[in-house]
Amino acid sequence: MCGIIGVIDRKRELMDGSSIKRALSKMDERGSGEGAGYVAYGVFPEFKNYYAIHVFFDNIHESKAAVDHLLSEWGIVVHDEEIPTSDHAKIRKIHTPWRYFFKPDATLMPRSTAPEEDIVAHIVMKVNTTMAGVLVFSSGKNIGVFKASGWPEDVAEFYKIHEYKGYIWLGHNRYPTNTPGWWGGAHPFNLLNWSVVHNGEITSYGTNRRYIESYGYHCTMFTDTEVVAYLVDLLVRKHGLSAEMAVKALAPPFWDEIDRMPEKARLLHTAIRLAYGPALMNGPFAIVVANEDSIVGFTDRIKLRPLVSGEYGNRLYISSEEAAIRTMEPDVENIMMPRAGSPIIGRLVV
Amino acid sequence: MNSIEIDAKELHYTPLNQQIRKAVREGAGKITVRNLMGQRFIADGLKGDVALDLHGVAGGDLGMFMSGPHITLYGNADHAPGNTMDAGSIVIHGSAGDAVAHSMRGGKIFVRDTIGYRGGIHMKQYLDKCPVLVLGDSARSFLGEYMAGGLILVLRQSPDSMDDERGIGSGIHGGEIFIRGKIGDDCLGVGTKKDFCTNEGITRIIPLIHEFAAKFGIDPDPLLKSEYTRISPASARPFANKYTWE
Amino acid sequence: MSIGTVPMKFKVSVDSEQCMACARCVENCSYGVFRMEDGVVRVSSRHCVACHRCLAMCPRDAISIESRPIDYRDHPLWTTGVKEAIFNQARTGKIIVGAMGNALPYPVIFDRLVLDACQVTNPSIDPLREPMELRTYIGKKPSHLDLRTKENGDVELMSTLVPNLKLETPIMIGHMSYGAISLNAQTSLAKAVSQIGTFMGTGEGGLHESLYPYQDNMIVQVASGRFGVNIDYLERGAAIEIKIGQGAKPGIGGHLPGEKVNKEVSVTRMIPEGSDAISPAPHHDIYSIEDLKQLVRSLKEATEWKKPVFVKIAAVHNSAAIAAGIARSSADAIVIDGFRGGTGAAPRVFRDHVGIPVEAAIASVDAKLRQQGIRNEVSVIASGGIRESADVAKIIALGADAVYIGTAALIALGCRVCGTCNRGVCAWGIATQRPDLVKRLDPEIGSNQVVNLIHGWTDELAELMGAAGINSIESLRGNRDRLRSYMLDEALMTVLDVKSVGA
Repeated sequence: MCGIIGVIDRKRELMDGSSIKRALSKMDERGSGEGAGYVAYGVFPEFKNYYAIHVFFDNIHESKAAVDHLLSEWGIVVHDEEIPTSDHAKIRKIHTPWRYFFKPDATLMPRSTAPEEDIVAHIVMKVNTTMAGVLVFSSGKNIGVFKASGWPEDVAEFYKIHEYKGYIWLGHNRYPTNTPGWWGGAHPFNLLNWSVVHNGEITSYGTNRRYIESYGYHCTMFTDTEVVAYLVDLLVRKHGLSAEMAVKALAPPFWDEIDRMPEKARLLHTAIRLAYGPALMNGPFAIVVANEDSIVGFTDRIKLRPLVSGEYGNRLYISSEEAAIRTMEPDVENIMMPRAGSPIIGRLVV
Repeated sequence: MNSIEIDAKELHYTPLNQQIRKAVREGAGKITVRNLMGQRFIADGLKGDVALDLHGVAGGDLGMFMSGPHITLYGNADHAPGNTMDAGSIVIHGSAGDAVAHSMRGGKIFVRDTIGYRGGIHMKQYLDKCPVLVLGDSARSFLGEYMAGGLILVLRQSPDSMDDERGIGSGIHGGEIFIRGKIGDDCLGVGTKKDFCTNEGITRIIPLIHEFAAKFGIDPDPLLKSEYTRISPASARPFANKYTWE
Repeated sequence: MSIGTVPMKFKVSVDSEQCMACARCVENCSYGVFRMEDGVVRVSSRHCVACHRCLAMCPRDAISIESRPIDYRDHPLWTTGVKEAIFNQARTGKIIVGAMGNALPYPVIFDRLVLDACQVTNPSIDPLREPMELRTYIGKKPSHLDLRTKENGDVELMSTLVPNLKLETPIMIGHMSYGAISLNAQTSLAKAVSQIGTFMGTGEGGLHESLYPYQDNMIVQVASGRFGVNIDYLERGAAIEIKIGQGAKPGIGGHLPGEKVNKEVSVTRMIPEGSDAISPAPHHDIYSIEDLKQLVRSLKEATEWKKPVFVKIAAVHNSAAIAAGIARSSADAIVIDGFRGGTGAAPRVFRDHVGIPVEAAIASVDAKLRQQGIRNEVSVIASGGIRESADVAKIIALGADAVYIGTAALIALGCRVCGTCNRGVCAWGIATQRPDLVKRLDPEIGSNQVVNLIHGWTDELAELMGAAGINSIESLRGNRDRLRSYMLDEALMTVLDVKSVGA
């Protein structure tokens, strides 16, 4: 069933990870202790111009040299380190989490309009599809994903997330059915600056995956959520749709509703459904997507999963449960439930 | 009247319910629970004639299977308060999530503000048991979907609040839905019949309007003077025509 | 030594206790099985084709038909069919022609695929109460959209959409020409599709004047014989289909014998009465893929780019690459006709031995178009052996946008798949031009039956989708994760891109 939460401070004021940890563990009823994770934006100010490539190594001696080599072929690594963790009684450290701060050499992809991003995306896909025992799970600038198999509070303590400060945080409490226990299967899923947390199951996954893979993405994590990150990357970054229009592609109005719209809107929504039919996501879901300047929450078209939002000052909160939001901010205001298929969007105003 | 207080801060729902049950067993007439923060299953399967005043956010399935007690919640409820509830009442001073009164078979639920999707889904009635759901403001799509009995009354205090909701009463084959004001045909689900509420219908909702107004301290007059749309089943077997034998 | 006669295919008997000598069987049998002698019905079983017209019309259930009352000695290799073909050719020295689809017992892939349903982790959706979208657009789609957000926040669509066909169900009726089938049969189908909101093909027989009221739901066909084709015909169609090949007889042309070209057929085909209508094997203006592009664009130019143009090919070994070429020709849709597709007449050797099943062809076409990043820009229509709603669901999950049905629609009109369309005396008034037989098929009743069939399938499709937690057909399309193979071999599973049951 899974629990999700996200927060953005629209003035970019930083929050440490302790309150989202409490909020997420408030939703332990929604999880099973087999996966939890967080992502924070703005956590590496000293390396903010570098892609923070986070990797799980099954065995550092076997695989790290190959990753180092691949990165050196495409750019330079200015710093790398094992991601600090604490010895935690409840987390079995089956992977070694590592992070690289990487600058791609844009001249190596001369025909691309966004060479740095395309190089990083290429590296992520290459590592995840061809290198055994290695998984890149976070690849954005100034962004860190912290995830493992365990309860949210244990994972938070394991990664010491209270020591990180970000202006956007997403968290996810997992009740896995597909890949229990695998760290890679925990949320958030990330590609470049996109991160996704998701509650539900995408029944159109087979269609969505085949569609996105025809654009050069590779789904490697055996779970439906990663496809959301790639769809958003395609629609927003590559095709230039706004967040609102991307949500209209992923969770469009029904045809009978489109038929009743005034002509211009009808044409627009018909075009979106024709062009992006294979991107339509079916099945029950509530999703929060973040990038460096916004968070967007939305549900499936018939609202089969819960989503609540609230505000306090400059902060917008989106979660599966009001109680989780109130745990983070007891004085939260404007609690509301977004309509099915309608996005709740929080953007930086700085 | 024997009355007790429980502080629910950081309390899991099982010990919380254990304390509530113990109080009921010991004859409490009124139980006040403070600092609720999303605990589920409160008063789950609880029997007896007891009043529960709850303060805070109630988690999912508030009063599920409950048979008798009277809950007043000061705060919002998560999904499905009154799920398969048998008797008693739930009064929510706030809003509630999806599937409110799911499969409810008896008792009353009053929600001051709004509810989410699929409110009153599959409410049903049998013999003298007739569940009632009254909403002060509005509901999202699929209100009263699959409804097999009982009564839903939507007072719609923001008048255009349900104009874009779809599937109202979809598959209804028993019971009735009253909505203040007009409802477009596009909002109706399959198998529904829409008409203006007659005097006979009004007599059923007048006491509920008074009860709602009294509970939330509002003036019932504007509500009593309004017109209501009544949505009821076109047939007790809406889909009988869909099938043929092998 | 003469071969002599071969055993009867069917033995017809009349229960004299039941028979009331009403002679309905005598009137109804167009194959000459029954005659009345001295107030008693007599039979010549050898003429029977098992079309069941007599059974259907007998008021007393007095007639019974037994299959192969005397057969040959069983042999796995030298089967009845093989032996009788040899007898036939030993006698005649000719190519054997037969009707309807592939008659060899190849395994049916559809019957080795099972569909998925939701349990717990996602809810099944009840299509009776919740929205369930089967609407399908056939035609070219943009690969991406150019949207501009104006100052006031309004979003403006800068891309233009080309015309698409709007189907309210992904089930269309394929091309069966006037000539191959009767006008009453075509009229039944035309009334049905216009009532449902879907489309049918005219076949290569032109468009009869009486069908003009239904032209907005008709796809006109341009085949190698160009029968009935003029600019007026092209402009009348909702879309235009270029027929390159047909699943029942890939690689060869067609032949409507002169005896079926009566006055009316001659008018719509635009050929002299009594003349053979011979469609060449290839289009003689298409000897390569770039020539196909010429014809596609010429048709579009002639109709001012208002009509979607489809290209239909038979499912053959290399369909995927051919389809990829077609997708680049400005064509809006590709029709893949599998080797089980029906026909009024085809050489037996082609009908039974040439081409591949539509399931495999659609899977490989869909995969190839995806590899090339152009899948959603062109529609893919599957035809040839679609028997029921489950087949529709499975072929869409394998990657088709919509299906054409042919034989199934004729069965809804009464066809018993007796396989003697080529004889031209169809007792049901379907595959015949004999006025006394044609009038047996009442288009009002016929269209109602076809409407019922497509409604029933559409409701079942909605139920299957709902059970799989899908409320919009585009989320079923190519969703092979929702299929499992039950005892298909691994190579075929790779082609179909499906896992085994249990996996």
